[in-house]
Amino acid sequence: MTPAANRAIPAPVIDPTSRPFWEAAREGRLLIGLCGDTGRHFFYPRGCSPFTLSPNVTLVESKGMGVIYSFSVMRVAEPYAIAYVELDEGPRILTNIVDCDLDGVRIGQRVRLVWKQTTGEGAPVAMFAPA
Amino acid sequence: MSLKHAACIVGAFEHPTRKAEHQSVAQLHAEVAWGALQDAGLTKDDIDGYFCAGDAPGMGPVNIVDYLGLDRLRHADSTDFGGSSYLAHVAHAAAAIAAGRCNIALITLAGRPRAEAMATGTTPRSWGANVPDDPFEIPMGRTVAAAYGMVAMRHMYEYGTTSEQLAWIKVAASHHAQHNPHAMLKKVVTVEEVVASPLVADPLHRLDCCVISDGGGALIVTRPEIARSLKRPVVSVRGTGEALKHQAGGTIDLTYSAGRKSGAAAFTEAGVTPADIRYASIYDSFTITVLVQLEDLGFCAKGQGGAFVADGNLISGVGRLAFNTDGGGLCNNHPANRGGMTKIIEAVRQLRGEAHPAVQVPDLALALAHGTGGLLGTRHASATLVLERLA
Repeated sequence: MTPAANRAIPAPVIDPTSRPFWEAAREGRLLIGLCGDTGRHFFYPRGCSPFTLSPNVTLVESKGMGVIYSFSVMRVAEPYAIAYVELDEGPRILTNIVDCDLDGVRIGQRVRLVWKQTTGEGAPVAMFAPA
Repeated sequence: MSLKHAACIVGAFEHPTRKAEHQSVAQLHAEVAWGALQDAGLTKDDIDGYFCAGDAPGMGPVNIVDYLGLDRLRHADSTDFGGSSYLAHVAHAAAAIAAGRCNIALITLAGRPRAEAMATGTTPRSWGANVPDDPFEIPMGRTVAAAYGMVAMRHMYEYGTTSEQLAWIKVAASHHAQHNPHAMLKKVVTVEEVVASPLVADPLHRLDCCVISDGGGALIVTRPEIARSLKRPVVSVRGTGEALKHQAGGTIDLTYSAGRKSGAAAFTEAGVTPADIRYASIYDSFTITVLVQLEDLGFCAKGQGGAFVADGNLISGVGRLAFNTDGGGLCNNHPANRGGMTKIIEAVRQLRGEAHPAVQVPDLALALAHGTGGLLGTRHASATLVLERLA
């Protein structure tokens, strides 16, 4: 049994292009990129499509559900589980699995979005807990 | 343009230090440059091309070229592929030589993360300001160890690879390191000892990880006609390849590396296959790094790496493929957290017949050196060299 610690999460450094993503995060909405040329979702969001380089991209809200593609538990003083979660919309996003026994985390596990506060006045970050 | 036999490695030097308490990073660069020149039988004034990566302090090559006093340069390149930079530098030097941009190129690597007490693998690292992925990944605790842990976890899930199979890679490295007086970890370890060592980033144990060391290395690369005029054995660059792989907008597949492409390019240029290779230097930041790259290079099928590395198959004189006979990053050193340089140097030793007699592969003519820089679990660059000793 390794309970997930409430580690101090460093605040994301926000740049002009990603600002709308973080403003939505403060409202509890997880945004992902949508390529207008291919109709494919992508992550992390950016001002160009990683599939075509076109600026024809928008931000859309994810339902915040997915499955664990892979993970690793960092065995430091405050252990945490880093993971790629494959969202139902498609993209695999780098995140943490939280609010659970870290020794019970498994690939293929169904997870749901949980927002976690960051240090100072930082924007919250999208993490996932067993659904 | 093919680079096949466009250039040769005529000087190679590995710094003997593993903890540089009394030298600056710049001074370590100078000491490895001097060592490589001595090895080649050349002087500073012969150098007209210089290659370095992000470990060189300052702006690209500019500040370190000043420190070294290089004043006859016609060509410089500071491509940074992380730990695999120096493998790419050899290819870039061959291209520059073939294009007539330089005749004698120096490549240096040095660093002192150990003396600086750097937590190399267990705290999140950024590669500079304005890196676009950092805001999304640094808060997640993206450590080097966890990024490779995720690769290992997925490999186990898809192919049934076991911790014991990964451990065999460390066991093989330790069998080689026992003969290297400079190696940080000279003790031969068993599979049981590796899997019993503490977990660092599941499923990777402490002994699945490379060492943190200071030091460095340098190479001299030149055109074949100059190489033949020098006194050292001629180690020719027969094949080269480089490739990059990343998250691809969230479609990342952790089961393979960019080595799939860089290796194929190098083998194609060289006109040889993995079956022709009896010695390979394979980047070994972690045991899983070796396993994935061996598959991607074609030494075995995808998913069969666990079976391939088991039972001593990577031990010189025992197995099918001798690897990292200096002990590699897993046991010998990992200067500046960048293992590509020492991969080339041990391949050169093997081709010269100058590896330790206990690990020397007899009558070796072909060798492979391969590296991956960055994080296998997020984004990285791979570079591959096929080297050949010419009569």
